[in-house]
Amino acid sequence: MGLDQAARSLFLKEFVSAFFLSMRYFFKPKATLNYPFEKGELSPRFRGEHALRRYPNGEERCIACKLCEAICPAQAITIEAGPRRNDGTRRTTRYDIDMVKCIYCGFCQEACPVDAIVEGPNFEFAVETREELYYDKERLLDNGARWERDIARNIASDAPYR
Amino acid sequence: MAKIIVDGKEIDVPAEFTLLQACEEAGAEIPRFCYHERLSIAGNCRMCLVEVKGGPPKPVASCAMGVRDLRPGPNGEPPVVFTRSPMVKRAREGVMEFLLINHPLDCPICDQGGECDLQDQAMAYGVDTSRYAENKRAVEDKYIGPLVKTSMNRCIHCTRCIRFTTEVAGVPDLGAIGRGEDMEITTYLEHAMRSELQGNVIDLCPVGALTSKPYAFQARPWELTKTESIDVMDGLGSAIRVDARGREVMRILPRTNDAVNEEWISDKTRFIWDGLRRQRLDRPYLRENGKLRPASWNEAFAAIAMKVKAAKPERIGAIVGDLASVEDSFALKLLMEKLGSANIDGRGDGTALDPKGGRASYLFNATIAGIDDADAILIVGSNPRIEGSVLNARIRKRWRSGPVSIGLIGEAVDLTYPYEYLGAGPATLTDLVNGDHSFTKVLAEAKRPLIILGQGALTRADGAAVQALAAKLALAVGAVKDGWNGFSVLHTAASRVGSLELGLVPGEGGLDARAMAGADALDVLFLLGADEAEVAPGAFVVYQGTHGDNGAHRADVILPGAAYTEKSGTYVNTEGRVQLANRAAFPPGDAREDWAILRALSDVIGQRLPFDSLSQLRQTLYATYPEFADIDSVLVGDPAGLAAVAAAGGAVSEAAFVSAVNDFYLTNPIARASTVMAECSALALGVVRQAAE
Repeated sequence: MGLDQAARSLFLKEFVSAFFLSMRYFFKPKATLNYPFEKGELSPRFRGEHALRRYPNGEERCIACKLCEAICPAQAITIEAGPRRNDGTRRTTRYDIDMVKCIYCGFCQEACPVDAIVEGPNFEFAVETREELYYDKERLLDNGARWERDIARNIASDAPYR
Repeated sequence: MAKIIVDGKEIDVPAEFTLLQACEEAGAEIPRFCYHERLSIAGNCRMCLVEVKGGPPKPVASCAMGVRDLRPGPNGEPPVVFTRSPMVKRAREGVMEFLLINHPLDCPICDQGGECDLQDQAMAYGVDTSRYAENKRAVEDKYIGPLVKTSMNRCIHCTRCIRFTTEVAGVPDLGAIGRGEDMEITTYLEHAMRSELQGNVIDLCPVGALTSKPYAFQARPWELTKTESIDVMDGLGSAIRVDARGREVMRILPRTNDAVNEEWISDKTRFIWDGLRRQRLDRPYLRENGKLRPASWNEAFAAIAMKVKAAKPERIGAIVGDLASVEDSFALKLLMEKLGSANIDGRGDGTALDPKGGRASYLFNATIAGIDDADAILIVGSNPRIEGSVLNARIRKRWRSGPVSIGLIGEAVDLTYPYEYLGAGPATLTDLVNGDHSFTKVLAEAKRPLIILGQGALTRADGAAVQALAAKLALAVGAVKDGWNGFSVLHTAASRVGSLELGLVPGEGGLDARAMAGADALDVLFLLGADEAEVAPGAFVVYQGTHGDNGAHRADVILPGAAYTEKSGTYVNTEGRVQLANRAAFPPGDAREDWAILRALSDVIGQRLPFDSLSQLRQTLYATYPEFADIDSVLVGDPAGLAAVAAAGGAVSEAAFVSAVNDFYLTNPIARASTVMAECSALALGVVRQAAE
């Protein structure tokens, strides 16, 4: 045993350095989050739960062009369209997304010419039954109303890169 | 023939060809909006510009420049056309940019999106950016009727619609007002269009300015399953394409068939599809205590079997309706034969035509395409405009292409072309036969005289006598000769010629349709989609059909069948063309294909029919009637039989001929269930009333 190693053993160098290492991590900010009380940052491009948006005056954005339905690789979207009763404009009479089929690729929001269907920042929409994941138009518009502020902010912050 | 070099490829084309046709012949693709092969040349979209050597030193509109207008080279070289040179590319980009200046960017809400010529050609020949920052033109949308929806901002002024209504339809309702940017397509004072062919402007419009109103926003072209089929709304058997989404027929479009409908179809053919969804019979019904109640197939069959077994064979009868396919009629015929009944009739309208007279006595022998060759036309007891709108357009096309004398005996109506009005009834026909009328000479001098005999003349009590007169006239004026048989019957029902081919007429001692429908004639009466007959009380009526219409109201048992888009079936058109309609959708609810219902019923009655599938049925059918196996061929009648028909004679009444179709839009149960057809019918009647005031 050399002198060097004898000194290290005598002064418990490994023990001390390990102690300081653990103390350093002890006082460092934690990497783990106390979910659901704490949440991580989300990119403005995050693709979460779908929402159908409205214009600020309350008018539905969706014009039933069916481009999202056409591009959807999982064929999760079902749309039926027709002239709206009061003014004859092109509107959806049915807009369903099967969230079980959806693969969250974001093609629908890319295809949308009026930014009506978007994948919002919400990722907490776990449910207890399968049926609850068959979203209809009402549910999607409801999502839009609930998340409009975040969605609008995300779209605005991503706009310079488009 | 003239030689021309297109993109380095030398070809020989007829000198009267336009450059566009020559380029197509050479395999070069020329974009175009205003040019259409069946319309006159307008040359106003400028999209078909090409570069020529031997012509003007600028891009020329290839649709409006003839091959013979080009000069050969100094040493006699053929003229040269370039369709892919930089000059052409820049010219096309320039034209496209001009067209898009005032075209709105509303493809996502436009019904033409996905099948739009402008969209496709902008992708292929346009530039990807816009330099136009000023305001776009805005045009008010026009009301031009319940069938065609307008969105006039999108119009690019190709004038195809104007040319179609003026030239082909012959009802010049559409026109343009203003010029340059202010040009607008409109009807006079925004009245509805009055043509029976107006729906074709929807197909002709290269953009989404004219779209289908009933189909508005219903579906996108990429969602639709396309099935090629045959129309049954009239006797012509126009070629159609049925577009379905899932189980529902969403729209009907024409297919090109130069021998029948060219590429037009009537409005009834095109807009009938909403009738396929309404008032459908989707389960069997049974009448109990005077009221119809839903029943199961077994109950319905048991009720029929009880009645049939109790009845004597001669007290059982069957009438085949206007929309029945050959297969269904054949199955019914076999069933009636097995039951030992001679009471069967495929002529629900009571027409005098009979297969005994030979095939030539009931076919449109001249063929529809033959109208183009006719040089004198006599129309007897028919209004072809509503009995066969596309055929009428064919006669109009013949009238436009050169001198032809057209005479009419019957109702003096607007046929969209001028004609000589000869008289109202059979008396005039007798005069013609006797040579007491100047038109006899016209027919006799014609090389190919055509005599069109309508159902209005044949469904009368003296129909056979009128038919004999017409045949006599045809023979007298030399309308029947080698290579030409001008004696032509215009049918109004799609099933009629097929029924006559099958021999669906009363056998020995059998009753015809009129007699069967009479009081106390029968104990059990089968109606295979026959809605036109008024059946007197007494008989136990089994109605097998698609819609809750006249037949179903009278019925004691209703068996729900399949409509013409929901089954594969053979139809023979008025000229004897055997055509196959295909299945585009499925029957609703418990409804089944008609042959299958008859097969199942035959089992319950104890007279099992000898087939279990449609292909077995067809084998049996073709074994007895091999002519049906030859799809798309035209049955040819032996003109020799006409002499016997002519000799039959008989007394004619003095009553004037009236058309067999009194309301173009409501001729069959499907049409009567359609709200679009009801609206059109009301509008058409309104127009007549206005004119009378």
